[in-house]
Amino acid sequence: MISFLTSFLAAHATIIVYLVKIALLLFIVLTVNAYLTWFERKVVAHMQSRWGPHRVGPHGLLQPLADGAKFLLKEDPTPAGVDKFTYFLAPLMALALALTSIAIIPFGPAPLHIFGQVIDLGIANLNIGILALFAITALSVYGVALAGWSSNSKYPLLGGLRSSAQMVSYELALTMSVVGVLLLAGSFNLRDIINAQAHHPERGILGWNIWPQILGFICFFVAAVAETNRVPFDLPEAESELVAGFHTEYASFKFAMFFIAEYTSMITVSCLCTIMFFGGWLSPFPASWTFTYYLPSVILIPFGLWVIWDGIRYETIFGRIILPGVGTAITAIGAVLILFPPVNEFIQGPFWLLAKIFIFLFVYVWMRGTLPRFRYDQLMSFGWKLLLPLSIANVVLTAGAILAWPMLKNWINP
Amino acid sequence: MTPQLAIFFVLATLAVLGALSLIFQRHPIHSALSLIVVMIALAGLYLLMGAEFVAAVQIIVYGGAIMVLFVFVIMLLNAGAEERTNVSKLAGVAGIPLAVALLGFLAAAIARSNESAQAGLQSGALANTKEISMMLFKDFVYPFELTSFLILVAILGAIVLAQREKS
Repeated sequence: MISFLTSFLAAHATIIVYLVKIALLLFIVLTVNAYLTWFERKVVAHMQSRWGPHRVGPHGLLQPLADGAKFLLKEDPTPAGVDKFTYFLAPLMALALALTSIAIIPFGPAPLHIFGQVIDLGIANLNIGILALFAITALSVYGVALAGWSSNSKYPLLGGLRSSAQMVSYELALTMSVVGVLLLAGSFNLRDIINAQAHHPERGILGWNIWPQILGFICFFVAAVAETNRVPFDLPEAESELVAGFHTEYASFKFAMFFIAEYTSMITVSCLCTIMFFGGWLSPFPASWTFTYYLPSVILIPFGLWVIWDGIRYETIFGRIILPGVGTAITAIGAVLILFPPVNEFIQGPFWLLAKIFIFLFVYVWMRGTLPRFRYDQLMSFGWKLLLPLSIANVVLTAGAILAWPMLKNWINP
Repeated sequence: MTPQLAIFFVLATLAVLGALSLIFQRHPIHSALSLIVVMIALAGLYLLMGAEFVAAVQIIVYGGAIMVLFVFVIMLLNAGAEERTNVSKLAGVAGIPLAVALLGFLAAAIARSNESAQAGLQSGALANTKEISMMLFKDFVYPFELTSFLILVAILGAIVLAQREKS
């Protein structure tokens, strides 16, 4: 029996590794999604001088679990007169496409070696990585548009119409704004794009694409926020005019699917910004500063100790058990990183990538707490009259600079 | 049967079913959805032939941009389910024989095509992005730019037609 099992595992190792990676990534992404809602509510609450969720678990940390249970247990009525097939298809499509796009993101430079298997961090390493992502984004508009149409109700229909118009308009600027990055890297592959920013390891942060492509980054980020239907471009679900926009008629888990899809695409956009403009897994410090390798430990150990201290003085029994436990785990990870330099070396890439993604997620929440919503005509004229010309200008400027650079070099030192 | 062949038949069946559903669905939105299925199945077939770039562009341009506009217009007009009429005489007399003739011509052309053309249809033949761009912007630059110009003229025509009432 055992010999059969080992031979089966050996024969299908690649497929099993892929399946495990997919399951693990789905688990991580969905957990991060859940805690992103907690994070967003906490940060927006503090910006508005409130406490945010604080009743369920310590610091409201179990609130996402309570929300999940509520989504699962709520009654799920199907409104009269809906187009049944499309009504059920729309949330499925939104969620499936949002989760698929995560598969293309690479999460670290070096592969992991376990049981004789070489495991890349990331699922699909495609030659056409960025194009495949845009293909998925291009399809994801149907989730919103069809949800709006199939609900057979006026507010969702208006939301769906707004969303399709908005996404078609901003997709052009989104695609044009990355052309500069592609010209610099000479590839669609996301790993190649990151490696193209690592040509001068001694420059650190100055070698990233953000400096030559600052115009492209601004266009990309604005267009990407518009594509994910987030504030200040959340007109498809503007609650003051459209109740809840395209998902007004959805309840229970079908609503949760739209919710998860939106948060997942926030994560994807953060990953893309990081990879294309902020050096992906590259450290912002020059390569010669080896002492910065201890930065993950320097952050993790004090944070873990603080969590332990915070848990001990917490008033509920549950908080006194959970928080010190989590704090001990975090501190232990920090200690392991100091004690085992190879592990520390391996963790550098993913650490910087995740840190940058976290900063972008914070920016998303920050914008939601700060910016008012656009008016519809402002949104359209902004997209067509400012963003698209700017991104085309960026393409022309970048192409010109790449062509002129060798000539300029010859002219300076012949 | 190789895996490639199996995938080909799955995608081909999907494309044909989508195309049939496009014709037989009574609601415009369902027809549009069927057309999206056809587009994506075609993109899968391109991918099977190693044309990654064409596959991605097929989904971005046809599956995404163009079909979104179709769906947008159908939603904007709030078009209802179409009413069935009897098959018109012209379709029965001229349409069906013409369709059969077209199929025959296509089949004959594919069967008689030389080996080099068929080699391009084999799976595993790689057409990378660089070669495509070389062809578009070097070998066929004038036809390519002329086509772009044609599309530009069409856009201008649409604007002129839409604005006629104002003047």
